[in-house]
Amino acid sequence: MAKRIDISGLNAYYGSFRAIEDISMAIEPRSVTAFIGPSGCGKSTFLRTLNRMHEVTPGGRVEGKVMLDDENLYGAGIDPVSVRREVGMVFQRPNPFPTMSVYDNVAAGLRLNGNYKKSELSDIVEKSLKGANLWNEVKDRLNKPGSGLSGGQQQRLCIARAIAVEPKVLLMDEPCSALDPISTLAIEDLIGELKERFTIVIVTHNMQQAARVSDRTAFFNLSAVGQPGKLIEIDDTERIFSNPSVQATEDYISGRFG
Amino acid sequence: MSQITDAPRRSSLQGATLPKWTPWAIAAGSVALGLGISAAAGLDSKIQWGLMAAVFFVIASYGVAARVEGPRQAKDRVATSLVWVAFLLAVVPLVSLIWVTVKRGVKVLDGYFLTHSMGLITDTEPGGGIYHAILGTLEQVAIATVISVPIGVLTAIYLVEYGRGRLAKAVTFFVDVMTGIPSIVAGLFVLSFWIIILDMGYSGFAGSMALTILMLPVIVRSTEEMLKLVPNELREASLALGVPKWRTIMKVVLPTSIGGITTGVMLAIARITGETAPVLLLVWGSSFINTNPFEDPQASLPMYIYLQYANSGGSGAAYDRAWAAALTLIAFVMILNLAARGIARWKAPKTGR
Repeated sequence: MAKRIDISGLNAYYGSFRAIEDISMAIEPRSVTAFIGPSGCGKSTFLRTLNRMHEVTPGGRVEGKVMLDDENLYGAGIDPVSVRREVGMVFQRPNPFPTMSVYDNVAAGLRLNGNYKKSELSDIVEKSLKGANLWNEVKDRLNKPGSGLSGGQQQRLCIARAIAVEPKVLLMDEPCSALDPISTLAIEDLIGELKERFTIVIVTHNMQQAARVSDRTAFFNLSAVGQPGKLIEIDDTERIFSNPSVQATEDYISGRFG
Repeated sequence: MSQITDAPRRSSLQGATLPKWTPWAIAAGSVALGLGISAAAGLDSKIQWGLMAAVFFVIASYGVAARVEGPRQAKDRVATSLVWVAFLLAVVPLVSLIWVTVKRGVKVLDGYFLTHSMGLITDTEPGGGIYHAILGTLEQVAIATVISVPIGVLTAIYLVEYGRGRLAKAVTFFVDVMTGIPSIVAGLFVLSFWIIILDMGYSGFAGSMALTILMLPVIVRSTEEMLKLVPNELREASLALGVPKWRTIMKVVLPTSIGGITTGVMLAIARITGETAPVLLLVWGSSFINTNPFEDPQASLPMYIYLQYANSGGSGAAYDRAWAAALTLIAFVMILNLAARGIARWKAPKTGR
């Protein structure tokens, strides 16, 4: 189910501004890969290129290759809509659809795509909510609006919504930055469970979080404001946090930097 | 330093404050003063004592507060009293308009008046009703709405969701220009095109076309603003689920903003319901019931009011009918507005707490 991602020579632009420069890396299936780095270094932009959400931003443009197993996401004739069905995304701020109930929010991906069997829908919703560790908290209020849940619950609702369409890869853009420590713990536990089924890529500002949840860590940096962000190194999380091969990584991780 | 005194000492955070009823007392005093001066000077205009009282109120608020509370609070009180005076100045004409319309309108407004047309009753005679005009207004406004809502909402969707570059800028510019078109110009445009060039007859539909021209920019503008209010995160959430853009707009963006869009449409309807000039030019007017908006002249409420006034020759019966029709029109618009508010509240995204 989970797929491997191979990125080579990737550049992303906002209009004429180059936000990230020449990134190449491999993301292993059934693992958690964390992106760390200072603000503005292009982590989120890079994440958004992995499911072609970058081009949704006006002026957004991508050059390079992103191979999902053996298909180039930026190849000719590739439909971004199909890409996004394979590569799901969870955003920084919880964003349940305000007009929909808890149930409808989880079912939204399937319903709006129109490819589901009615009889299976409630099973899928239950499975997804259980997968997001939210089922016990919301099973009695499935028909209440999703925006009535707490922030942490809303974020898990968004995760349930993302996994309900059975993507191969799950991208998470600072999923815990708007949450309290307890909700954060719930989501970190969840990430640990989800990596059995999905390839997970997570952007985080919290280095302890990266150390706790990820198998591999990529450090991004930019040489100066206004310069494009670059990948400095990617390695096993343990190595990055104990004995990184680049000095800048060590400086950033130990806080001797910016 | 640390003296213990029996008398309650003022803390440094506490200042002298006027009692809560002070503004009311100042207002009452100002009104009394204004009335007194105008009585003494023999002025009989209500406006004069009202304006005098307003000026006294602002000055007295400042004076009293400056003496007791200090200059900063005095400035605050002046600002507050100016806001109140402005509010009253705005409300007085509105209340007076509704009061006069209701007072004069109820004279002949009854079931018979609402369910009968003028027929053969001449404008100077008593009797008759506005059924034909209500029917005409409803049909013309309904046709205009049916034409302009889809065009307007789709234009707004184009501008907000798809429009980039020159075409979008041009559309926005022309929508802005259209907002400023005087209704008589819209009427003349349809008159020259539909009736003079294409040689079609006067009809409710011709009027509807002019009303559409007036309604369209209002709908485009209000829908545009409502769509812009939908957070981008919702669009991205939907796109990231692999939902195509058009379904995202249909199933996420529009449902989120439908309350506001409906309100905008209702307000646009309310705006065109009172239009007289294009209707006068294109629908021509009739004192008989014509249920077919596509053929032959019809009547409409604003035109009925105008014609009753213009052709009455000073007859009291015609004036009474004009006021009653005006009251009906105001009530109609008010009901539309209330409906709009109801729909907006009903459709607003719920928090569910």
